[in-house]
Amino acid sequence: MNLWQKLASALLAGVLCAAATASWLAPRGYAGQDREAISEPPSRAHWLGTDELGRDRFARVLYGTRISLLLAPAAALLSTLMAAVIGGLAGYLGGTWARMAMAVTDLFLSLPWLFLLITARALMPLNVSPLFSVVVTFLLLGLLGWTTAARVLCASAASLRSADFVRQARAVGVSGQRLFWIHVLPNLKPVLFAQFWISIPVFILSEANLGILGLGVAEPMPSWGSLLKELEGLVSVGEEPWKFVPLALLVLVVMSFQSLLARQEEMTA
Amino acid sequence: MMLKAKLLKARMLKAKIAGHVLTLAATVLLGGLLSAVLVRLAPGFDVDERELDPHLSAQSVQALRAAREQDQNIFRFYLSYMNRVAHGDLGKSFSLGQPVRTLLRDRAPTTLRLLALGLAMAWVAALALALSAAWLKASIFDAASTLLSAALLCLPAAVLALLSVLWNISGSLAIALIVFPRIYRYSRNLLTRSYSLPHIVTARAKGLGEARILLWHAIPGIAPQLLALAGVSVSMAVGAAIPVEALCGLPGVGQLAWQAALGRDLPLLVNITILVTLVTLLANSGADVIGQVFRSQES
Amino acid sequence: MKKACAQAIAVASICIAFLATLAMAQTGGELRFCLRMEPKTFDPLKVEDEASVQVRYLTGGTLVRINRQTQELEPELALAWKVSKDGRQISFRLRSGISFSDGTPFSATDVAYTMQQLMDPALHSPTGDAFRSGTGSVETKIVSPTQISITFPAPVAGLDRLFDQVAILSQHSPKRELAVLGPFMLADYKPGASVLLKKNPNYWKTDEEGRKLPYLDSIRLDIQPNRDVEMLRFKRGELDLINSLDSEYFDKLAATSPQVAHDAGPSLDSEQLWFNEVARAPIPDSKKAWFRSTNFRLAISDAINREDLSRIVFHRHAQPAAGPFSPANKFWFNSKLTPPAYDSNAALKMLQGEGFRLENGTLKDKSGNAVVFSIITNAGSKIRERMAVLIQDDLQKIGIHVNVVTLDFPSLIERMTQSFDYEAIILGLTNVDLDPNGEMNVWLSSSENHQWNPQQKTPETAWEAEVDRLMRVQASSVDPKKRKEAFDRVQEIVVEQEPFIFLINKNSLSAVSTRVHGAVPVILSPQTFWNAERLTVAGQ
Repeated sequence: MNLWQKLASALLAGVLCAAATASWLAPRGYAGQDREAISEPPSRAHWLGTDELGRDRFARVLYGTRISLLLAPAAALLSTLMAAVIGGLAGYLGGTWARMAMAVTDLFLSLPWLFLLITARALMPLNVSPLFSVVVTFLLLGLLGWTTAARVLCASAASLRSADFVRQARAVGVSGQRLFWIHVLPNLKPVLFAQFWISIPVFILSEANLGILGLGVAEPMPSWGSLLKELEGLVSVGEEPWKFVPLALLVLVVMSFQSLLARQEEMTA
Repeated sequence: MMLKAKLLKARMLKAKIAGHVLTLAATVLLGGLLSAVLVRLAPGFDVDERELDPHLSAQSVQALRAAREQDQNIFRFYLSYMNRVAHGDLGKSFSLGQPVRTLLRDRAPTTLRLLALGLAMAWVAALALALSAAWLKASIFDAASTLLSAALLCLPAAVLALLSVLWNISGSLAIALIVFPRIYRYSRNLLTRSYSLPHIVTARAKGLGEARILLWHAIPGIAPQLLALAGVSVSMAVGAAIPVEALCGLPGVGQLAWQAALGRDLPLLVNITILVTLVTLLANSGADVIGQVFRSQES
Repeated sequence: MKKACAQAIAVASICIAFLATLAMAQTGGELRFCLRMEPKTFDPLKVEDEASVQVRYLTGGTLVRINRQTQELEPELALAWKVSKDGRQISFRLRSGISFSDGTPFSATDVAYTMQQLMDPALHSPTGDAFRSGTGSVETKIVSPTQISITFPAPVAGLDRLFDQVAILSQHSPKRELAVLGPFMLADYKPGASVLLKKNPNYWKTDEEGRKLPYLDSIRLDIQPNRDVEMLRFKRGELDLINSLDSEYFDKLAATSPQVAHDAGPSLDSEQLWFNEVARAPIPDSKKAWFRSTNFRLAISDAINREDLSRIVFHRHAQPAAGPFSPANKFWFNSKLTPPAYDSNAALKMLQGEGFRLENGTLKDKSGNAVVFSIITNAGSKIRERMAVLIQDDLQKIGIHVNVVTLDFPSLIERMTQSFDYEAIILGLTNVDLDPNGEMNVWLSSSENHQWNPQQKTPETAWEAEVDRLMRVQASSVDPKKRKEAFDRVQEIVVEQEPFIFLINKNSLSAVSTRVHGAVPVILSPQTFWNAERLTVAGQ
């Protein structure tokens, strides 16, 4: 592992540790409202200041990390797997399978999923725990987010079908399933890794956007997405640079993921 | 004999094209129907904000409710809608009270311009950076590009749109900034993998010109994937157009789509979905066909 | 001699030039501000949404106008008017020599035409429905080209003031509703982008010195739903005013340029929380029992810290609400009412009196159910979301667990009016009328808008029956004192029973650029441009 990758692992480990020990690092919790200290700048008591309801931003970043960092990669994994199966397998099988799968993908890309999400919220009872609501949200995101990669994977797999080494393997007598899992799928890795990496921040942000439909995390529980939403009050953010900390943290974490993924790719290339 | 074979081939090609067009049309129509079903099933379909006005008398509220009832049965609605489309009438929007055709006609050029410029800028940037990453193999350069795309991915689209208003950048740049990181990552990974394939490494070792390698070996190898990505990037841009247009105040189809979604405006939503499905299908089918040409040339 | 003459002439010409520029600087220019939504219609009779109302205010000519500053009724196109003793008839004496923006002459026939169109039973508009006090048709009698009397089938409360909303249409003009009598007329409309209004060359009003109004050449209204963008553009100088400003922007603006931000005091708008009391609602019976208990609602009301709501969410640009009407409504507000004091101990005692008990930090009812309910509100309103979170925290202190859910508006309305699948809602009333008769449909138990339990066949509680009776009394009286007595009692009952838990009355906040002269921000809508005909914009 080179220097960058060591740093990346250290960063991720540090963030995960901090999130795990959140109740010790931030004893006040994410919901405690200090009503006399509204929108305060960073101080001894509040390392990243307080938000507009007097809640400690540092605590909210820690607790938000727990949720977003656990669920977003899980959802990204789900969407990547679905893309691999739908896109990769379809492309490999070719013919009508590929055409049908691509038609389904195109439909998926064009339909207004907003309404499915609104219906999902309507089906959930109003009094659910915030955790349940956020898990359902990330699940839905994972189930809907596979379309980009599926198309590219289909094209990749189709190319691979007629590649020399696949032909040779077939000629030797390697069975279809084995061929797919052992020879074809690893070659789809560049696209799979790209899909996984992009999905993480995209899902984190989407979870916050779904808040307008009543999905996502419920007050007072924080998530990174909801913390990033604070940036939308751009008019004032220049004078309050500590509001950028969640963004900086997310960028660092995302880059660390990329570093580790690159390492994975190197190791299995 | 040669002539017969050629005629046969031509007929098969025609049949193939006809098959494709039919699949396209069927998918588009199915998309319209599914979107109508989705909108109908979602709660809030047959309520009207105006009902809340306490000045309205009981009869007026009843009249408002009755006006919505005609769209209750979704299949009947869709059949009558298709019938009207055959005569060139796309229906009338609930929330804006204007015929859908005029609305789309007035707004389509803005959106098309926005999308075309945004996509062009995003692809130029993505390819340029991906190529440099593959060529130069300098880790600093790669790290910087990764940082840029990570930062752009982590910024909410709303913030990007607001920034573009703040710094007076055109909406197309905002769309480019939203689409760029997504396609950069894929193209970079694909190109790097392509460049690490044995025959290209050997070609480079043998001293073949970089441009020649790029144009004749590296890119054609991944052309189908890049084309598929291009097709999908159109959908990404369409999705990005909605917040960008809404926030930058650009009167395009994206802004219309957002208003229609909030107002459960069924006629408008069905039409927009069909339009988007058509654009997506054309882009992706086009990518497929060209990709197949490349693939057949390879083998 | 010659030199002195020349000097005198030079001085005189300089003076004349200076005065001329002064006079020129006082007229012309374009006022620019934003509409929050696309105006749905330009037909003044069908207008319902805020954007269309604002356009109608600027383009429509009315017979009388409520002066937004003094709240008094003033003559406009009508020189004088008289309401009959039984409240069913109103006669107007109109100005003569006036024409519409396209030159068509104005007379009583146009007023009769407008009223007939407005009272068409097929037209379902709030403006028309406000006059519908009983079944039957409306008669108009044209006595002369400048005199008209209108008779309604039943007495209409506050009849004269209702004409502030009626923009007169021309019966004969080929331009139909585009021919207007107001200070501005519609010049250009780019759907989704902007509305351009130009000065009406045939506007009849002149100022005290005989100069023609309006002073402005044009008004440009950009359609911008996003408040952050609106604020950015105002700061950059692209907009001249923001008609209703959010409190957090107000403070930031006041910090840098205090003369630009205006706080006109408490407005008529209120925010309230209410519980679902509908018998057929799909919520557990135990919860229905809680919500229908007056003492439960009173306890919740006492447990909410309204001062904190006003201080934290509105940055003190709001006051705790005392009841259904705001003290800004000088005539109609029942001055004996005061906002409930924050006292969570008293709230707990009241709940314990009802059989609730606190166990390990959780409040439980008689049957042992933990008191848990959800508050829904519309997403996109940061103010309501924050209020909900503060209330969640307040109620946690007495052991009640609240779940906050923000929904998109149509889903919210569906739960509120059709499925009744909700437990508590926070919403607000905006653009409220001064006259309580405008809220008739909120207080009548049989009506659709009786939000906590609409469309009751017969009043389900004694106090709702009493409120029904009192509202009918005030609707049928013409004597303002009698009406006030009845409505004062309605306000008292509402405060005693708390079907709506009134939270706060917002202040009217606005921003006016220093370029604009003559603006006097007030609480009645349109707050900043109610005197648009007398505004000028300098330095363009």
